[in-house]
Amino acid sequence: MNIRIKFKKYGVMKFIGHLDIMRYFQKCMRRAHIDIAYSEGFSPHQIMSFAAPLGVGITSDGEYLDIEVNSTLSSKESIDALNQVMVDGISILEYKKLPDMAKTSMSLVAAADYLVYIKDNYTNPFTLKELEEQMHAFYQQPEILITKKTKKSERVIDLKPFIYDMKAVEYNGKPAFFLKVCTGSSSNIKPELVIEEFYRFCEIPFEPLAFQIHRQEVYVSSEEIPVKGEHERAEYAEKLSLMKKEYAEKGLEFPAFFTLGELGEDIL
Amino acid sequence: MNQLALSDEILLSIDKPARYIGNEVNMIRKNPEDVSIRFAMCFPDVYEIGMSHLGIQILYDMFNKRDDVYCERVYSPWPDLHKIMKEQDISLFTLETQSPVKQMDFLGITIQYEMCYTNILQILDLSHIPFMATERTEDDPLVIGGGPCTYNPEPLADFFDLFYIGEGETQYDALFDLYNTMKAQGKNRQEFLREAAKLPGIYVPSLYEVTYQEDGTIASFQPKYPDIPTTIRKEIQMDVTDTTYPHKPLVPFIKATQDRVVLEIQRGCIRGCRFCQAGMIYRPVRERDVNMLKECAHDMLESTGHEEISLSSLSSSDYSQLPELINYLIDQKGNGVNISLPSLRIDAFSLDVMSKVQDIRKSSLTFAPEAGSQRLRNVINKGLTEEVILHGAGLAFEGGWQKVKLYFMLGLPTETEEDMKEIPRLGDKIARRYYEIPKEQRNGKCQITMSTSFFVPKPFTPFQWAPMCEKDEYLRRAKIVNTEMKEQLNRKSLKYNWHEADVTVLEGVLARGDRKIGQVLLKAYEKGCIFDSWSEFFDNDKWMEVFDECGISIAFYNLRTRSTDEILPWDFIDCGVTKSFLKREWERAQQEVVTPNCRMQCNACGAARFGGGVCLEHQN
Ligand code: SF4
Repeated sequence: MNIRIKFKKYGVMKFIGHLDIMRYFQKCMRRAHIDIAYSEGFSPHQIMSFAAPLGVGITSDGEYLDIEVNSTLSSKESIDALNQVMVDGISILEYKKLPDMAKTSMSLVAAADYLVYIKDNYTNPFTLKELEEQMHAFYQQPEILITKKTKKSERVIDLKPFIYDMKAVEYNGKPAFFLKVCTGSSSNIKPELVIEEFYRFCEIPFEPLAFQIHRQEVYVSSEEIPVKGEHERAEYAEKLSLMKKEYAEKGLEFPAFFTLGELGEDIL
Repeated sequence: MNQLALSDEILLSIDKPARYIGNEVNMIRKNPEDVSIRFAMCFPDVYEIGMSHLGIQILYDMFNKRDDVYCERVYSPWPDLHKIMKEQDISLFTLETQSPVKQMDFLGITIQYEMCYTNILQILDLSHIPFMATERTEDDPLVIGGGPCTYNPEPLADFFDLFYIGEGETQYDALFDLYNTMKAQGKNRQEFLREAAKLPGIYVPSLYEVTYQEDGTIASFQPKYPDIPTTIRKEIQMDVTDTTYPHKPLVPFIKATQDRVVLEIQRGCIRGCRFCQAGMIYRPVRERDVNMLKECAHDMLESTGHEEISLSSLSSSDYSQLPELINYLIDQKGNGVNISLPSLRIDAFSLDVMSKVQDIRKSSLTFAPEAGSQRLRNVINKGLTEEVILHGAGLAFEGGWQKVKLYFMLGLPTETEEDMKEIPRLGDKIARRYYEIPKEQRNGKCQITMSTSFFVPKPFTPFQWAPMCEKDEYLRRAKIVNTEMKEQLNRKSLKYNWHEADVTVLEGVLARGDRKIGQVLLKAYEKGCIFDSWSEFFDNDKWMEVFDECGISIAFYNLRTRSTDEILPWDFIDCGVTKSFLKREWERAQQEVVTPNCRMQCNACGAARFGGGVCLEHQN
């Protein structure tokens, strides 16, 4: 059985990198007596995968990992058992059963929401209104060209198609950025890249350490069929078209994305 | 959650910020306001190494069981952070509450190897504690040292207020109680140290005076006051079953050197190898009861979530209840628990166990003959013979193993060129044993790796009087081994590694140094020497400059054969084993006579007076 776990990462845990978080969770599964499945072979490992690695320094309310279990308690009991063994700075929010043949969250990730705010010990160059106007102007550009440097080459890319949403918000009484950007293994846009480009646009010097990046949620495209297997795919496609019909009947716009958690169901 | 001592800007600009934030699984949280003693426990090396050390986990757990003590941890900041802390004048802090070390009542430093001595000075420096114990005031923590290197604390005597000689389980409670009482009475630092010096196992260096002969050797070593003891007997926990052991060890976020549960199955070693300090200072051997170990293993796996458990002892094969313990652990394998078994002698039993717990194709067999020839093995009292090695290797090769690692030392007392050449010859004989197996039944070539380190004589061993070599001589010996290896029939299956000799020379001086070495350490630190055990940071030229500037002769410490009448800097410590036993062993070494191990026969080393362990086995 496949389970999708959602957790938040905050406080000092932002300094723990992705690989160490993976090792941390392996040990948590054992401490919490989650009946996780192991791979075959001489040195078996837990069947576990993460949706989208989070960089060091970034906090999050929407991290996902998938595990395979042999048996499980209810969602509530499992969340409690896991939270019992967590350290300060990580808490479990959801524990949901996925459909059989579900694709891993890693292969599904399409977008993520970020809140980016200026840390207390740095000055904020904008009022909320100024930020709104500037961001509007920035996003109105026909294209947002940046030069991406890799070790071997330099290439110019247009950021705009990868920015799904961008607006000024208020956080802790101060102006901050909200971004919904393309995320995933094929093309991944780091929020700091957008902010850096925005600062260049505003002709303000960009100091990377002034910003706290906070991931809020991770999404799958609503057009994606998140299961494998011919039969399962057909079934999901049918469910999807029903949903679309319902939305249409109510005169609502069908959402472009679902959260990764929405693909699972609570275990009662 | 605590405010961190370091800013985001610093933490995000250095390597592995997780080293400095604490918050690990099983970390102890207390309100510092609720305790009367705040203790910073320091391992003076990088976090990943310090976190792997069992002794600290034992004391951390034991201290924190007291309601009136809060023990926190400190490790050496890596050079990247060291630089920032110096530039920005940031005080070294504890991991738990991120408080300045300077605010603690005690700073305890475990001293595990000589090459960490400059890191101790780094800790004092970054904590803003004066280097010299005599310059400290009531505002400074009491700096206390422990661990194997305190069996010769003299090179560090200037920098410590007190040393705890021996095993930590026994006297810390008395020390803390004394501290509480004297603090309540409003007594000062000096008054406390004077009383502490009367506790068993506690050495307060400032209360002793050393005078020297013209030739530089010690003329006298005396307490300054009549109420201060002349000898310090090591502390020892005789009952290692009914005692404290951590059931909830700390689990680091980053991969530590020991990323596993560590189960100490016994203390001490029956073997009596003449080069080995641990084999002497931890006498007599004391085994933990197997039921206690099973319970500890279970609880620790449960509380940490580690997927691996390792048995720790100087010679696990000598543990009398090993099969029962291992079978219990193998049963746990069902829960995905791996077992690692270092220091096992290779025989039918251990090969059977290893085939169950490891992947044979990937794992290698380890032998530590320490010397190439039987003659020299007799000198060092290493009871491993060529027949035993070849027999063990043969069994293993037939069982599917192909890789063998062999560990040797060069520079052992009485070593001849012939002894050196025997090292690759032994490797070759093992390879020949492999190729005796019919071609169809073996999997290609075997791989025999021989490594040599250079021997450093240690206090409280029969070789404490032995001379060392000069650097070039060590390298010449390594070359002899290497040249001889190329002559061997199976040279293509042999590989030889050896170490740099610079560190060996320095380690030799620090291991058997006296109080005069303190100034060398201080100058070396001031010149920028830290992390000397890391080859990327070790700067031999700086050290050599310092010896010159201080007018200290390396030859005096390393190249002399000490007379058995000489007063050695560590003679005031009574480690249980008597000097007459060590002398006897030193003579037997020169006569190439082997001394049987403690289970075969008691050799009256002196440790029987502790009234327990293996010594009692002879009474029935
Ligand atoms: S007194 Fe005898 S049995 Fe005890 S440790 Fe010494 S030699 Fe071994």
